Amino acid sequence: MKLKGADMFWEVLIKEGVEVVFGLPGGAVINIYDSYPKYKDKVKHVLVRHEQAAVHAADGYARSTGKPGVALVTSGPGGTNTVTGIATAYMDSSPVVVFTGQVPTALIGNDAFQEADIVGITRPCTKHNYLVKSTADLPRIIKEALYIASTGRPGPVLVDMPKDVIVGEAEFVYPESVKRRGYNPNIKGHPAQVKKAVEAMIKAERPLIYAGGGINWSGAFDELKKLAETIHAPVTLTLMGLGAFPGDHPLFIGMLGMHGTYAANMAVTECDLLIAIGARFDDRVTGKVEDFAPDAVKIHIDIDPASISKNVVVDIPIVGDAKVVLNQILDELKKADVDWEKKHRRWLERINYWMREYPLTYERSDQVIKPQMVVETIYDLTQGKAYICTEVGQHQMWAAQFYKHKYPRHFISSGGLGTMGFGFPAAIGVQVAHPDALVIDIAGDGSFQMNLQELATVAQYNLPVKVIIINNGYLGMVRQWQQLFFDRVYSETDISIQPDFVKLAEAYGIRGMRVEKPSELKTALKEAFEYKGAVVVDVRVDREENVLPMVPAGASVRQMILTEPKTDTNGEALKRMRPINFPS
Amino acid sequence: MADNRNNGEKQRHTIALLVENQPGVLARIATLFSAKGYNILSVSVGETIDPEISRITLVTEGHPFIIEQIVKQLRKLIDVIKVLDLTASGEDYVERELVLVKVSARGEARAEAMRIAQIFRGNIVDVSPETFVIEFTGNEGKINAALSLLKECGIREVIRTGKVAVLRGPKSLKIS
Repeated sequence: MKLKGADMFWEVLIKEGVEVVFGLPGGAVINIYDSYPKYKDKVKHVLVRHEQAAVHAADGYARSTGKPGVALVTSGPGGTNTVTGIATAYMDSSPVVVFTGQVPTALIGNDAFQEADIVGITRPCTKHNYLVKSTADLPRIIKEALYIASTGRPGPVLVDMPKDVIVGEAEFVYPESVKRRGYNPNIKGHPAQVKKAVEAMIKAERPLIYAGGGINWSGAFDELKKLAETIHAPVTLTLMGLGAFPGDHPLFIGMLGMHGTYAANMAVTECDLLIAIGARFDDRVTGKVEDFAPDAVKIHIDIDPASISKNVVVDIPIVGDAKVVLNQILDELKKADVDWEKKHRRWLERINYWMREYPLTYERSDQVIKPQMVVETIYDLTQGKAYICTEVGQHQMWAAQFYKHKYPRHFISSGGLGTMGFGFPAAIGVQVAHPDALVIDIAGDGSFQMNLQELATVAQYNLPVKVIIINNGYLGMVRQWQQLFFDRVYSETDISIQPDFVKLAEAYGIRGMRVEKPSELKTALKEAFEYKGAVVVDVRVDREENVLPMVPAGASVRQMILTEPKTDTNGEALKRMRPINFPS
Repeated sequence: MADNRNNGEKQRHTIALLVENQPGVLARIATLFSAKGYNILSVSVGETIDPEISRITLVTEGHPFIIEQIVKQLRKLIDVIKVLDLTASGEDYVERELVLVKVSARGEARAEAMRIAQIFRGNIVDVSPETFVIEFTGNEGKINAALSLLKECGIREVIRTGKVAVLRGPKSLKIS
């Protein structure tokens, strides 16, 4: 059967089980859009308002389902606008496939209208990318792209399709399988290494499980829980791992790293066995590497051999899929005759002491809304059942700290790249994937303004996304650094001149709410969550609240700043502070 | 990080790769090196007996830790089929480089250049009244020695192919 490239595109996506494409049309992909009505019963298209949002939405879809997310954009600026989205997905190993239109093959290199070398531009931030040379290749390449994106260590793949490839006709051959001789991810852990890991567990007195986003991608939730409960070891999670282990489990000791809990960072410092699973020893986690788990034997389970011993040299590397390797370990552990509870009792007592003595806390107030209180209230109202998306900054860290992340794939946040403006379009993707779920974007006022055009998308598809803006009129995380490390020179971080978010929402036909008093917070959020459509809630919070604890960049993780610094310049800074205002 | 990365002396490694013979593959490798801050000292590429596969010989330099990362990162590239760090393999291998040198060949230098070419088993592949082009092949040591002696005569141009290398004995780098 002969088909046009444009039809092959949809045929293959449908055959591959793709349910939704996030996109924005343009000249180079107009024929694909022309074909779309024929396929619209089998695959949904969500029209975004900016290509960056298409990729974040596809990313949110992928993170909340574990399946690849797909975006479709035009050539030139359509492609270049996706770069931030692609880099975001790359850093967090998210399986996103981005299809870009390209000028006709004959014009490539000619500086044609809306031409950009998107394959060249995205080479360093994709797992792989393609320039399709002929229509006949299209089905194979689309299948490969989805396969490569979602297997091994997942990551974004870009497929650049010149207009003549899209318009041209060829025999439609759908390949049943993918064969790439240069791509064979290692799934099963080496048995000898697994044995060594178990021996180390038997020997250890102070073990700590440190797990990350790899658990989510591999779906190793039950296995992780089983391991922790079997060997009776405390668990700390990275930002990307939150929800992979129940946040209300007695063995969970909180997130670690720069804004981790005291208990988690002290446990890392004092453990004698560190079991890293699907985590990559990021600098925000390790702080000064020399002081990271200095006395520990280190086991590292990761699907990507290049992640192993990249930042921290490990003793027992195991290359493989987290779920498979954990099952191997659990099997091996069955042979061990150890009273784990007794062996680790003193260690867990010590950790519980740290948790009791230095819990995550803040100074409560009935005068002004504390940002942490907003997150706590969201948790109270949802009991951890909502999908929580975040932007990047202070609110992101509070959302990580003060919400108990109980369920896997329910916390969606840009960790590696730290992309402000990620959360809202990601929430769109999550909502599309889970139409009946409560999806909340915990946003900052700075971040939200980076992709607020997507209010139109939310309005168009009646997506009941709840945007809770923790509004402090600052680029708050930078302001915090300026306060702590730059002598309170709040250089260009005051964004108190901002739109009236309530009116802004209303301008898009969406409900807007404002909350200014602590006493009104719970009722307002409850109302927002129960409302059947999208809501933007502008929550005015204490402007100079800090995220604590904090490990200064480059310091050892045990060197945490635990309490709000009080300096004599406090008053001066407050005098300089403008009230949050709308431009007149 | 500093601690791990700078352990041990900087080493020079010759790495052999089998890659898909497709446009953009070399760009991917070059992008990897520049994005991660690795050094390429030389690179040479050519088709193998199978026209779908190219062989790349790459010489790089770094601390052992970095070299290990380079090999791992190269393996991650989808178009890279096989990677062998010849230097780290513990196997014996032959490495060769071809160099074309244009030297001044007037007066006394003419006889001197010819003698040096002869000693190093170079071939004079082009002759003009004032220059020779001499072709040398050999390992790095031999070529550097020849070039340093030729400096006396006056070198006008040097063109080096970059190293190619192959394992000694029956073992070979192939797709399993």
